[in-house]
Amino acid sequence: MINIGEVIETNEMVEQENLDVRTITLGISLLDCIDADLKKLNEKIYNKITTVAKDLAKTAEEIEQEFAIPIVNKRISLTPVALIGGAACKSPEDFATIAHTMDAAAKEVGVNLIGGYSALVSKGMTKADELLIRSIPMALCGTERVCSSVNLASTKTGINMDAVRLMGEILLKVAERSKDRDSVDCMKLVVFCNAPDDNPFMAGAFHGVTEADAVINVGVSGPGVVKRALEKVRGENFEVLCETIKKTAFKVTRVGQLVAQEASRMLNIPFGIIDLSLAPTPAVGDSVADILKEIGLEYAGAPGTTAALALLNDQVKKGGVMASSYVGGLSGAFIPVSEDQGMIDSVLAGAITLEKLEAMTCVCSVGLDMIAIPGDTKASTISGIIADEMALGMVNQKTTAARLIPVIGKGVGETVEFGGLFGYAPIMPVNRFSCDDFIRRKGRIPAPIHSFKN
Amino acid sequence: MEKTEKTIITVVGKDTVGIIARVCTYLADNKINILDISQTIVQGYFNMMMIADMKGATKSFGDCVKELDRLGEEIGVNIKCQKEEIFQKMHRI
Repeated sequence: MINIGEVIETNEMVEQENLDVRTITLGISLLDCIDADLKKLNEKIYNKITTVAKDLAKTAEEIEQEFAIPIVNKRISLTPVALIGGAACKSPEDFATIAHTMDAAAKEVGVNLIGGYSALVSKGMTKADELLIRSIPMALCGTERVCSSVNLASTKTGINMDAVRLMGEILLKVAERSKDRDSVDCMKLVVFCNAPDDNPFMAGAFHGVTEADAVINVGVSGPGVVKRALEKVRGENFEVLCETIKKTAFKVTRVGQLVAQEASRMLNIPFGIIDLSLAPTPAVGDSVADILKEIGLEYAGAPGTTAALALLNDQVKKGGVMASSYVGGLSGAFIPVSEDQGMIDSVLAGAITLEKLEAMTCVCSVGLDMIAIPGDTKASTISGIIADEMALGMVNQKTTAARLIPVIGKGVGETVEFGGLFGYAPIMPVNRFSCDDFIRRKGRIPAPIHSFKN
Repeated sequence: MEKTEKTIITVVGKDTVGIIARVCTYLADNKINILDISQTIVQGYFNMMMIADMKGATKSFGDCVKELDRLGEEIGVNIKCQKEEIFQKMHRI
């Protein structure tokens, strides 16, 4: 039988160490909504979302109450809209109407973000893909809850450099359109290499075409719990350090597994995966950077950071995999700058640079995440940063991403406020040397060789 | 795992006369059977845990959560009511 010590431990994790379930994301296939008539298409999409997801928010609240565990976000991911809208949409404006439909449906069912305004263009772009990408600025700036992602590269296909070039320009347009709000709409847009089909985390969540009609994916969190556990083993050797992270990750993940199974049962929708990511928030003590400090660094970004992060990421997976029947999504530590107070402190102290963050993304999930850069950064420079990140993912056979926020009208040393869970970010300097001629080249970078790995 | 109706009720706060009595009275009034009680003092705070079976309860789980929360406010302690599975999942393989 459960003893009082175990009960106290679990409740302390929630009350003092910010343990929560970060998101329950309901993936919904829109493949059966395809129609050549734009009005009918929008109606079908609205009806499908509001039917399948009608009980999502209520169910999440019931689960919160049953176990006294906070479920921070309720979200929806959809089949990439470029695939769904191709038959009906003849212009970017046509595509943007679907974004408005998504936004309205999200508000109706009470989810705070809805993903899937996406295109998968790792090898080439169809006409529809390109129209969707060109519609992103008007789609994101005219809606509140819609998130967009574009998969630009993969290990099997290489990097679509035409799309990389285009996304640099599109990102600046999104920034320009929301410049009166510190270009915040850029945080709803992410580009990927090897994008997973079952990622529950925004902005990059979409419902892959290989998925079932509807599926429940859950993202857990708990940097604060790991930090607190490591405080108790200060100065111990690596074996003890790793075991502690593993055990903690196991416990955190079990909570996610329980919540996912309950949600699946109550909604009568199959359980997909648990995403084993350590996702920080700006709350004090809920920081991945603070774990790195606890491991022994003065600041995240100091020499040794990449090794410490590699260790952390690997142990979280080892503990988490055992705790869940299905693991997927991004599964790794997130290192966003704005959403992590410890990371913000590192930037302010001058301990971390964009280049060090890039190196860190080689050993953990996601990539350059929520990084504010000067608003006068050239489109080609942004494309260059994206291309570098795509290359890391492509060669290392992992997911990488870039979510950059060029803040129009602001420069290095200033800060930008995103609000709520998204926090604030100091604007980081970008290497000012040009990559114009590289980005101007047409075509794609071929897939890497899959043998001779050294 | 088989679904149970076991519920863990925890009471945390400053020790005063009659805490257990008040909580037990509430549970008895609502036909909730207590299976086990244990208590400890952590950093000067009174911690009590009850394992209860809500199978025959006359109120819904959600109502019990709210009413126990209100009772806690009255006594000046924090009362939580959670299904047992979260602890089973976390601490047992």
